[in-house]
Amino acid sequence: MSLHFIRLRRLWYLISLAVILPGLISLAVRGLNLGIDFTGGSILEIRYEQPVAVEKVREAVAALGLETSRGVQQSGEKDFLLRTRHLSQEEMDKLLAELAKPGQFTTLRNESVGPVIGRELTYKALLALVIASILMILYITIRFEFKQGIAAVLALIHDTLVVTGIFSIFQLEVDSAFVAAILTVIGYSINDTIIIFDRIRENMRSRAKGESLEDLVNRSIWQTLTRSVNTVLAVLFVLVALYFLGGSTINTFTLALLIGIISGMYSSICNASPLWVDFKLLERKGVPKAAH
Amino acid sequence: MNWRKILQMAGIVAAVAFLCVLAFAPFWARNEKLAGQLPIIKGVILGLDLRGGVHVVLEAQDTPEAKVTPDKMKELIAVIERRVNQFGVTEPTIQQQGDRRLIVELAGIENPRQAVREMVKTAYLEFKTEDGKTVITGADLKDAVEFKDPASGKIKVELTLNAAGARKFAEVTAANVGRPIGIYLDGQLVQNPVVSEPIPNGKAEITGYASLEEAHNVAVLLRSGALPLKVTVAEERTIGPALGADSLNKSMHAGVVGVAAIIIFMLMYYRLPGLVANFALLIYTLIILMIFVGLHVTMTLPGIAAFLLSLGIAVDANVIIFERFREELRTGKSLRSAIDAGFKRGFVAVFDANATTLITAIVLYFLGTGPIRGFAVTLSIGIVASMFTAITMTRWFLHLVAASGVAKNLKLYGA
Repeated sequence: MSLHFIRLRRLWYLISLAVILPGLISLAVRGLNLGIDFTGGSILEIRYEQPVAVEKVREAVAALGLETSRGVQQSGEKDFLLRTRHLSQEEMDKLLAELAKPGQFTTLRNESVGPVIGRELTYKALLALVIASILMILYITIRFEFKQGIAAVLALIHDTLVVTGIFSIFQLEVDSAFVAAILTVIGYSINDTIIIFDRIRENMRSRAKGESLEDLVNRSIWQTLTRSVNTVLAVLFVLVALYFLGGSTINTFTLALLIGIISGMYSSICNASPLWVDFKLLERKGVPKAAH
Repeated sequence: MNWRKILQMAGIVAAVAFLCVLAFAPFWARNEKLAGQLPIIKGVILGLDLRGGVHVVLEAQDTPEAKVTPDKMKELIAVIERRVNQFGVTEPTIQQQGDRRLIVELAGIENPRQAVREMVKTAYLEFKTEDGKTVITGADLKDAVEFKDPASGKIKVELTLNAAGARKFAEVTAANVGRPIGIYLDGQLVQNPVVSEPIPNGKAEITGYASLEEAHNVAVLLRSGALPLKVTVAEERTIGPALGADSLNKSMHAGVVGVAAIIIFMLMYYRLPGLVANFALLIYTLIILMIFVGLHVTMTLPGIAAFLLSLGIAVDANVIIFERFREELRTGKSLRSAIDAGFKRGFVAVFDANATTLITAIVLYFLGTGPIRGFAVTLSIGIVASMFTAITMTRWFLHLVAASGVAKNLKLYGA
């Protein structure tokens, strides 16, 4: 007898909770490691022409009265990454002048974000999530049914929590690309969920007498399982290649996608459809006893 | 064997191969005439993050003297545009965002720090006499308006000076009749009108414009010289050309590896249909390239990621349909009717699934800025194009393969 996805649903819910809870606790206690896109601040990445000791760079940063312990990061002999609070144009000019003292360098990257922009990003990110969720419930209600819309969106919230939770636990930096990653994950996860719902919709039409809802949904999940796995595999190939070969600039972005896509596959199979079954069963229990 | 169908197939393969050569082959560079246009992939516009450049968000702020208004913003754009054009970069973009923000993007600029500094400095308007003495500044100017004199039909710009300016101007014009007074903005000569008579009341008229539009432009420049709007840098992102090139190379490299893995996987798992799907993927890539070049979509680093992800979606559409097709084959249907049934049933699933993904991409587009928008655009184009190739190209080609009789063994189709 093969695995019955629906009968085991309590187990799937437990696994989901086990993954989400630590993340939620971490989110509540430590929060997210927000990058300059959210908090405002400056990031400067430079490459010296000759190897330069990290102390020299620290001195230059200290000369402006900026924090040096966490702010200066060395990668290789010549590359440095400097994080500071939001610097004004004049302050940045001074810093660049100080940094030029130990040797000539080229600027690889110089990003400054004011605090106002950061607040807007947070607001827009949340707004995007809410709007996308509402539109999806709407679409699924039209094409399928309202309860499936709710189940699908619950699965999406699951994925969002898994990714943000893991980013909080490991204190990985969250930037505007992370927001894009979350939305993409949602797009992919909903894709998986819909494919299963589509199968359920089709099987409901030709439902054999006496087949329970649990069995029907389980059958639908099995029928679409190869597709779910194969598609996620195809995307994973690309993501893994991007993660290891794509360079540091998009690393967090790819990592968020990697975690999210796997979580998305899990939630589509083990959360969305089982939750819908539970909703359906509740609906029946809700019918007054007099009906019997 | 149906030779006609086989010939058709060979024709399509040859056509796609030719398009690929046009699109990607590097050897066109050797031909002087064609090197400008070919390979087509050269026509893709690269974003700042891939070729280096600076992205600045400027914010205009209210000062006690002036509030930010739509008119003032227009003047500000005119000033920034004029300054940016002096940097000599190709295709600078200046966009207004919201009520009081400007997004300026300069690609491949030599000295981005200098450029940003030049951009935000207060515009400085000066009137200079022939011997180079500054006699009037922007602070003295109240207004400048272009108009067409109804009596003479001449196009003029009327300057209105404030009280202090009017007094100074009266003295200067009296002393310089018949000589020019140069109007300089940020040290650059805008116009060099000659004083025809002393102007005592602080109202001067400048003539000598060919069109009302030209006069309007000068008036805007003059007004902006007196513009008390304070501009701050809300956001500045500079990517050095070295990092840009590095990102481009690395993501291309990763892309090639990822795509190769998909191609091998599809071949091994789906066999003959997998080969057809890989072929469709190639056509899909060509379509995306044409759309990018044709619509001048800017390719950014997140855009490349989105393209690679959209390959996943394109594969997905094929996978859904093939899984359906296999199921139909197993129920004992003929090859032809299994293909049709697979596509018919698979399409509903693909459509609903992609519609919801498209919803997120569109939300992302409207709420995102800069690189995130690039990501959303690429993803949306990818979703639509992938649906198109999966349900038209793959289906048609699979039919052709089946009808040609090259492969009759159902095992080849994964049944």
